Amino acid sequence: MNEFATILSYAAPVALAAIGETVVERSGVIHIGIEGGMLAGAFFAMLTTYATGSPWLGIGVGVVVGVLLALLSAVFCVTLLADQVVIGTAVNLLAIGLTRTLFALRFGASGQLLSVEKIPSMNGLDAVTIGTVILAVLVHLALTRTGWGLATRSAGEFPEATEAAGYSVAKLRYGALAFGGALAGLGGAYLSLGIAGSFADNMTAGRGFVAIAMVTFGRWKPVWALLASLLIGWVDSLQFTFQTKGWDAPFQLFVALPYLVALLVLAGVGRGANAPAALATPFRRSR
Amino acid sequence: MKRVFVEGGLVLAGLLLILIATIATFGLPVGESLRMLAEGSLSGGGLARTLVKATPLILAGLGMVLAWRAGIYNIGGEGQYLVGALGGAWVARVGVAVPALVLKPLVLIAAFLAGGLFAALAGLLMVKRHVQVVISTILLNFVALQFFNWAVTGPLQEASRRLPQTDRVPDSLMLFRLDRQNDLHTGVFVALASVAVVTVFLFLTPTGFRLRLVGDNPRAARANRIEPGRLQLLAIGLSGGLCGLAAGIEYLGITGQLGYGFSQQIGFLAIPVALLGGLHPIGALFSGLYFGALFAGSENLARFSGFGTTIVFVIQGVAVIGFVGLRALIERRRTPEAAL
Repeated sequence: MNEFATILSYAAPVALAAIGETVVERSGVIHIGIEGGMLAGAFFAMLTTYATGSPWLGIGVGVVVGVLLALLSAVFCVTLLADQVVIGTAVNLLAIGLTRTLFALRFGASGQLLSVEKIPSMNGLDAVTIGTVILAVLVHLALTRTGWGLATRSAGEFPEATEAAGYSVAKLRYGALAFGGALAGLGGAYLSLGIAGSFADNMTAGRGFVAIAMVTFGRWKPVWALLASLLIGWVDSLQFTFQTKGWDAPFQLFVALPYLVALLVLAGVGRGANAPAALATPFRRSR
Repeated sequence: MKRVFVEGGLVLAGLLLILIATIATFGLPVGESLRMLAEGSLSGGGLARTLVKATPLILAGLGMVLAWRAGIYNIGGEGQYLVGALGGAWVARVGVAVPALVLKPLVLIAAFLAGGLFAALAGLLMVKRHVQVVISTILLNFVALQFFNWAVTGPLQEASRRLPQTDRVPDSLMLFRLDRQNDLHTGVFVALASVAVVTVFLFLTPTGFRLRLVGDNPRAARANRIEPGRLQLLAIGLSGGLCGLAAGIEYLGITGQLGYGFSQQIGFLAIPVALLGGLHPIGALFSGLYFGALFAGSENLARFSGFGTTIVFVIQGVAVIGFVGLRALIERRRTPEAAL
């Protein structure tokens, strides 16, 4: 049980981001910027907890920061119809620069190890990991069983029809991006406040991109994205197993393993026919 | 031509504005900071530092121009840079007995090939398995980083095996320095020559034309029986090659050895260099120079404040969002309703 809890907690940041990104991609937007959202979430969550001593407040701020960054992307990707990959890349650059600069200004460039209070857990399980599992199911239900879900999915498949049915594609995509941003921020905050109890430069280390890969692996289904993330969490936890068991292999291999697994998985499943048809295509409303 | 100058001027003014705004946002004295930036990047030795910093940015930026022009979002410059460096270092190591004059170009060629082949991996995944390059190249960055860290603590580690770094190459293998007073090396001419070569390739050769066509309008390309797959593979291979070459130049020009922190995220910063250069080789030259200057200047700034080269990332992020947004806004205005 405890081992599963460990894997779950390693999987949670990727899983949260992947569940959020599933909704975003279902609405027709690919948001590369979730990596930046996670990083900014992790940093501001840590900063808040450092200042107030409350990890829950930190988690909340992490979520808000994630939403704000996602809304910034939304303005450019949805309203201004800019290229989604370019904007996402820029958001990531911004997040790296911002967190690095603020971290250096606030805590000095000495690289001192600072530790903040972590969120409470029981037997290795905590509210966020349990919440992640529940959320995957809820998002699945919301996407498949509600009017909002149908409208959001249609915005990713055939936005013209969505508009014809009286919905605003822009609003749906804004909503999806905000939701994805919230989960990315939460995932990042959990990284600094649930797992590390600290912040390190560029600490997300590509987990946002791994999450995007897991969305594809999960065939754009939230529960499958969670299961795919569990695989990554397990692979991620191997590097610590390896240290305790003294396997004879370079440790860098184990650090690289989650990325290699994500790549192999993508190469194995390919893009497939499940991808939303209007993914990454800006939608311009005709009048 | 006039339009190019006007646009270039506007971009420059915008970049300056963003720079000032960023400095002010972080609560630094604007005038003083600007003076220090200028001193670090333009005064006597500063200019040489600017050129030295700009050289790898320009080369890797050219790589990004090639890939993105072909419609390939290569975000793996960082990994291609690291693997390129390893390729160069490996040749420098096994070729110890070869005369320096012969070995020098071989190291650079090896860096180019290693970077290119590594990038082609992502290209193959795209062409054969439809894996999005955006994702595969990013994932490969992390794989490359671990591979690099393993190599400099393992097979390529220095003979004494104390620190995680390679042996320093003999001075004879280093690129020629123009002036004993500073670090300016002949690599800067390689960067300039590459600008010319990439410009000619993209705009004056049939392959370059097809490559741009594939990027601009893949359907039109297919209609003209131009198969995008091979061209895109070529584009990403050349792109990674230029990133590898950037690393090779940095290796033989400045560091002389590889170790942790070798990359300084040149491969990542190259993306905004290319984007802000309007995805044009000559634009990349100028934006590479601008960010080289910013790098050199902010190192000077870092000596007097807790505010280092990270400012470059912030400015690049803001600048890309700003300019892409602005361009999108203009296009939105310009495109008539009937055309959609």
